[in-house]
Amino acid sequence: MLPFLARRLIVAALVALAVSMVAFGLMFVAGDPAVVLAGQAGRAQDVEMIRQAYGLDRPLPVQFLGWIGRALTGNFGTSLYFNLPVATIIGERLPVTLMLGSVAFLLAILVSVPLGIAASLKPGGLLDRAALLLAVLGQAIPSFWLGLILIVVFGVWWGLVPISGTESWQGYILPVIVLSYYAMPALMRLTRAGMIEVLGADYIRTARAKGLARLRILMVHALRNAVLPLVSLAAVQFGMMLSGSIVIESVFAINGLGRLAWESLLRSDLPVVQAIILILSLIYVTLTTAADLVNAWLDPRLRSA
Amino acid sequence: MTVLDLDSRILQRRKLWRRINRSTGIHLGGGLLALIAAIALLAPLLAPHDPIAQDLTRRLLPPFWQAGSDPAHWLGTDNLGRDYLSRLIFGARVSLGIGLGVTLCAGLIGTMLGLLAGYFGGKTDMLISFIITTRLSLPIVLVALAAVALGGASLQTLAIVLSLLLWDRFAVVVRSATQGLRNREFVQATVSFGASSLHVMLRGILPNLRNTLIVVATLEVANVILLEAALSFLGLGARPPTPSWGLMIAEGREHILFDPWLIALPGSALCLLILAVNLLGDGVRDALDATSS
Repeated sequence: MLPFLARRLIVAALVALAVSMVAFGLMFVAGDPAVVLAGQAGRAQDVEMIRQAYGLDRPLPVQFLGWIGRALTGNFGTSLYFNLPVATIIGERLPVTLMLGSVAFLLAILVSVPLGIAASLKPGGLLDRAALLLAVLGQAIPSFWLGLILIVVFGVWWGLVPISGTESWQGYILPVIVLSYYAMPALMRLTRAGMIEVLGADYIRTARAKGLARLRILMVHALRNAVLPLVSLAAVQFGMMLSGSIVIESVFAINGLGRLAWESLLRSDLPVVQAIILILSLIYVTLTTAADLVNAWLDPRLRSA
Repeated sequence: MTVLDLDSRILQRRKLWRRINRSTGIHLGGGLLALIAAIALLAPLLAPHDPIAQDLTRRLLPPFWQAGSDPAHWLGTDNLGRDYLSRLIFGARVSLGIGLGVTLCAGLIGTMLGLLAGYFGGKTDMLISFIITTRLSLPIVLVALAAVALGGASLQTLAIVLSLLLWDRFAVVVRSATQGLRNREFVQATVSFGASSLHVMLRGILPNLRNTLIVVATLEVANVILLEAALSFLGLGARPPTPSWGLMIAEGREHILFDPWLIALPGSALCLLILAVNLLGDGVRDALDATSS
């Protein structure tokens, strides 16, 4: 287990480094960042001043090391729009997004895993078809549109929930539903496929022949093996939900990280955008690495891979 | 190749056709997709009005099922008096064009990376796998948004950015399929004849990846169309007055209180298109899986 752990952690560290290079490099996609920072009204001497003030005249590797070094100590620079430390602004918004993502993720798991198991018991049966329909629709409906439609129906027509904002907890109901429905199809399908495969295995037949209780076979013998690919997918899905909440947050006017990223992009507040990309990527790397380690713990065969 | 091999291949192909003919998903999805593609191709002939011609005297006319509708504007007009039906028809061009174009470019990049990694293995594989992992770790919506925002929002920028970002699934699938094929006898035989690596990859391995690539490409088209709509909705994709369905939803958002049909129509069009592509993709995958096993 130890060599596997070490190897996996080294890869994760390298990926994190590569990801931070991309986040840093984005600043240069638009050309000279000093010109971008100076804005359209910037004169030549303004650009030169900004270049010196932000250290943009130094060689790129030096700039990168400086940026990543400060980022490691939690200093992401100053927001050009708020004129506040980026870390402070993100510290206010990150918990909102994490909360939204976690609750939605929990709901997605609580619905899709039991549904996938139930569907796998009788492939082609009524329940299986209903679950499949739910999954097919979930993959076809754009989440931002579903959000708007739910706002119209439940907020405007029926007045059951506030139509935007999160002053009360009711404001979170619709965003959580939309975000979790976005993750459900993949989780449900994988649970169903894994269970169908496992339920056909010899050791399940043996367990049945021994006369074990049906529920025990299902929950202990089958689910434990079917859940392996699910752990990896769950990590990927959670990362995707954090990234996908950028759309949901702008639909429901939630002051989270996603909305901050979007608004910062529209006002060219690059330090904030870079920091958010870096943080979301690092969360993703941590999650997938953790999933790999959990899988290796569950299934010793994976440790040599 | 022996006669028996050829026989079994023909048999397999017949089996595949029989499966395709029996699959409701392929019929339904394929039919719907063909219809939408026809609408997109014939848009100038089908659309009753110019999709970007404004008529401020006829703003926000309701669609036919509401009182006060105008027979000349069957699905009403938007807040600038543009004919909604015509905009919806031309919107199919944007979605399908971006979907197919980006999938083609991303497919080329991903297939090339996957072939190289799977064929050469060793250090090449390590490097390319590392690139794939890095790409997977990036929050795709955010990076695409940032790149489009910094590169200047337009459909062209969006297409380029998405092409450079969405090759991951192709690379992953092609890599593992190539690893499986590399040590097969017919590939080894070509190598022993002294064929170049390029020849083996393009003529020996690539033709055998056709089925896999078709399935991945179909699912990717749906993904691209959804992303285009989401980015255009956020104002960082198609620019006004382009009739993009995602942008139309964003424009209709201000009128959500009194005219929710403005967002219901383009959204439904998007759902139908994605549904068609996904049904077709799932159907083809199931048919291929069943015949190969």
